[in-house]
Amino acid sequence: MSRVGRNINVSFERLRHLGHRQDRPRRIASDAGTCPKCDSHYSADEMRRNMRVCPACGHHFAVTARERLEQLGEPGGYTELWPDLRAADPLQFTDLKPYVERIRDAESSTGMGEAIVCAELEIRHVPCVAAIMDFSFMGGSMGAVVGEKFARACEYAAQKGVPFVVLSSSGGARMQEGTLALMQMAKTVIALDALADARVPVIVILAHPTTGGVWASFASLGDVTYAEPGALIAFSGPRVIEETTREVLPSDFGRAERQLANGQVDAVVDRRELAARIGRVLAILAPPPGQAAQGGGSLQWAQDAAGGVGRAAQSFPEAARKAINKILPSSGDDTEGGK
Amino acid sequence: MSKPDGPGFVRRVTGKLGRAPEPQVDEDLWASIQLARHAERPYTLDYINRICSDFEEMHGDRLFGDDPAMVAGFGRFNGRPVAIVGQQKGRDTNERTYRNFGMASPEGYRKSMRVMEIANRLGIPVITLIDTPGAFPGASAEERGQGGAISRSMQLMWRLDVPVIAVVIGEGSSGGALGLGIADKVLMLENSTYSVISPEGASAILWRDASQAKQAAQAFKPTAANCYRWGVADAVVPEPAGGAHTDYDQAAAILGQYLERTLVELEALTPAERRTARRDRFRRLGPLRDPENGMAMVSGRDTPPPG
Repeated sequence: MSRVGRNINVSFERLRHLGHRQDRPRRIASDAGTCPKCDSHYSADEMRRNMRVCPACGHHFAVTARERLEQLGEPGGYTELWPDLRAADPLQFTDLKPYVERIRDAESSTGMGEAIVCAELEIRHVPCVAAIMDFSFMGGSMGAVVGEKFARACEYAAQKGVPFVVLSSSGGARMQEGTLALMQMAKTVIALDALADARVPVIVILAHPTTGGVWASFASLGDVTYAEPGALIAFSGPRVIEETTREVLPSDFGRAERQLANGQVDAVVDRRELAARIGRVLAILAPPPGQAAQGGGSLQWAQDAAGGVGRAAQSFPEAARKAINKILPSSGDDTEGGK
Repeated sequence: MSKPDGPGFVRRVTGKLGRAPEPQVDEDLWASIQLARHAERPYTLDYINRICSDFEEMHGDRLFGDDPAMVAGFGRFNGRPVAIVGQQKGRDTNERTYRNFGMASPEGYRKSMRVMEIANRLGIPVITLIDTPGAFPGASAEERGQGGAISRSMQLMWRLDVPVIAVVIGEGSSGGALGLGIADKVLMLENSTYSVISPEGASAILWRDASQAKQAAQAFKPTAANCYRWGVADAVVPEPAGGAHTDYDQAAAILGQYLERTLVELEALTPAERRTARRDRFRRLGPLRDPENGMAMVSGRDTPPPG
């Protein structure tokens, strides 16, 4: 009797699921539609070319992780890392639906294995390792696989001595993995220090939304932090705050522009400018490839660079030095005084 | 056989209509979770005042203000200096409001980081006492960088050269708890919980119904014994019979014994050995399926906690 019940249950789910899958490709393949902000119509091709930003009002639509990689790097120019890691179900978790079913559904509706894609690529000719989150896979939530791939990506970038680029888009820790999901916050924060030891920069791009345990771990620890326009960036979301404190929040609460004013991000960057902007800052901060490998290598690079500054100052034309000394009389003749 | 209007009948019918049957609620688990947040449960200062012979509390983060939801300071524990930080809950209505229900703001984490930095410089071990329903969810906290305060607190704790012990004494919920949780050893009191979210919060989000807290707790199973099995906790500290609230002195005395034993163990290691072990400890947590390495990467233990 119960077995019959379960069979009916399964096929009912399947049916709903199939219906779901039928509109899904239509939306992804054509993407023709209307902007929720300004009601302007656009064609699929236009949308893709415009990096899923509304050409009329600049509204930023969600982008899948793989399309992000295409946008940031050269077309087809990335190598995905550890694509085969998959979630386990340590708690045998069931809320309204078993966790294993949620994973299966997310896999089939997104074509992804998890909520993060790690890859090696070049952004404006600077080689780097990237970790890109995808909100369409279970709200971009961070469970053991996201934590593990993130940590491996940090360690790999550190070992290669190349910059690490993170794009966050996540509701936070994955509830269905319980306390062990919470622990991924610790894992990712600690893993980031491999990059500090290797002296390579970490660039974080906060996409909509970056909340909860992801904002309270690696996403708030970038050396340079950019946010996409309109992205919600918060530890507690507006609904939770309104319910807990009865505060009435402004409509732009936690949005990128406000978080810039709050001092939480370095800049709000339009998606269409993002690759160029990352390329520019990496060209300034990132050491030449191969010279910043672990430990001694990176230290050597730092010393060479420091020595270079000293040498440049020594070869400064005499007249210019005198002029500077006039303006800064206390600096004297010691060109290394600024150290 | 149950009658047509009995619970078994309802379960069979709802099962047929496509709803999963309600899982059995383990009443012991729920009782333990209620004990973790018992109104009479000893709080951070109750333990500090019993464990330390002297305690000098520090105030303020030197940036914005002082957060009464977080206690931080230096004391003497069995003759040696220690730094102790922890969330503080209030006993009566006034005190609860003053302590903000143990929900710390960024200033709280920054005060605690200030104290930990001093401890590290002076070679003083750090003990954290975790007891919070979560970090404060408020617009002011967000504006001052709640996310960054928690992540930087974790980063600092991982970087400490001195021994670090974290103890979950009551309710350890969400990033607000983990913000004090990066340690060489994590102890949990027998009736404490350590969870990604409070049962009420989970119920509202996952069941879209705030009244399903019991069921949420059942799904998360965030008890000390389970956390030990998952590898999240390194030891479970027994409580007096009936729970820590029945005898504060005994609860503190047992915790003191566990802290002493753990400190001695950690003091025997070099800073580099402690940091490597601390990193590896968190690096291992979280089972997953990796086809390249055979099958599952499993963290945790098969055995129940000793004692």
